[in-house]
Amino acid sequence: MPVLIATAPIAVLFGTLAVAKGLSPFEVWLMSATVFAGALQFVAIDQWADPIPLGLLVFTALVVNVRHVLMTASLGRSMTGFSGPTRYAAMFFLSDEAWAFAERRARDASLTPAYYFGIGVSMWLVWTSSSLLGAVIGRGLGDPSAYGFNFAFSAVFICILVGFWSNWRTGVVLACSGGVSAVVYLFVPGAWYIMAGAFAGVAAAAALHAEIDEQKTDGVMPS
Amino acid sequence: MSLDTNTALAIIGMALATYLTRIAGLWLGRLAGVKGRARSAMDALPPAVLMAVIAPTVLATGLAETIAAGITVIAAFRLPLLVAAAAGVASVVALRSIIG
Repeated sequence: MPVLIATAPIAVLFGTLAVAKGLSPFEVWLMSATVFAGALQFVAIDQWADPIPLGLLVFTALVVNVRHVLMTASLGRSMTGFSGPTRYAAMFFLSDEAWAFAERRARDASLTPAYYFGIGVSMWLVWTSSSLLGAVIGRGLGDPSAYGFNFAFSAVFICILVGFWSNWRTGVVLACSGGVSAVVYLFVPGAWYIMAGAFAGVAAAAALHAEIDEQKTDGVMPS
Repeated sequence: MSLDTNTALAIIGMALATYLTRIAGLWLGRLAGVKGRARSAMDALPPAVLMAVIAPTVLATGLAETIAAGITVIAAFRLPLLVAAAAGVASVVALRSIIG
């Protein structure tokens, strides 16, 4: 499946960056195996420091992955063929990709555990083995800044962000988030800039939504 | 095979938090129909977080990083993720050597 092939090099890159931040290859594997959330893992490694900001990392995990609440709430309705414990096991293997395939499957046919776990477990195997491979390669590379690898996080995030682009509203959300984040970063010590920027972006999205809502109400929906 | 205690705690904490977001949806089935302003706000969370993470590097580190970020954006609209990211990294190395 193409999605598996696309995942492997991203995981290799993750492993390379993670060892550059001081994690051992085993720790890299452990994170990929238990956390199993690509975007979060990149953000977490970017935040990695000595001493480890434990509270910030856990909080970041909740914020970055809050979309999973909506995704699994939706998918749960299609999991009638799953027993109770199987559902909980299935949720461990959730990824954006597995979710997308499962939702598409559920639209045309019934979603079976075999189909879901087939994708979920394959993704897990590719993600964990490729990040371990990246960690082993990364140990041989030495100082990552010599290759511009410290910019690699930003480059990967920019590419992911481009995938989120839908219209000018996305631009306003990103401008608010980025602007507030940069200003807070310059004037407030610590990692508060992430929370401040994220809040500004979300607030902008909520504010812009009100505008769309009013247009809809005026034109179509009697309220 | 080495495992630092604090690293292990951080990884386990992140794993539990992530798993919590995945099973919470099973309990909160009615969130599937969440609409309106709350939906827009939640949809905006991932890009807003990502943007907030990179903003200091992209906007407040140096000219080389800012220009390279612009090049990455253009590349990302046309090329696969890894190629575009590699182009961004290559351009930051080149720009740092020019700008200093």
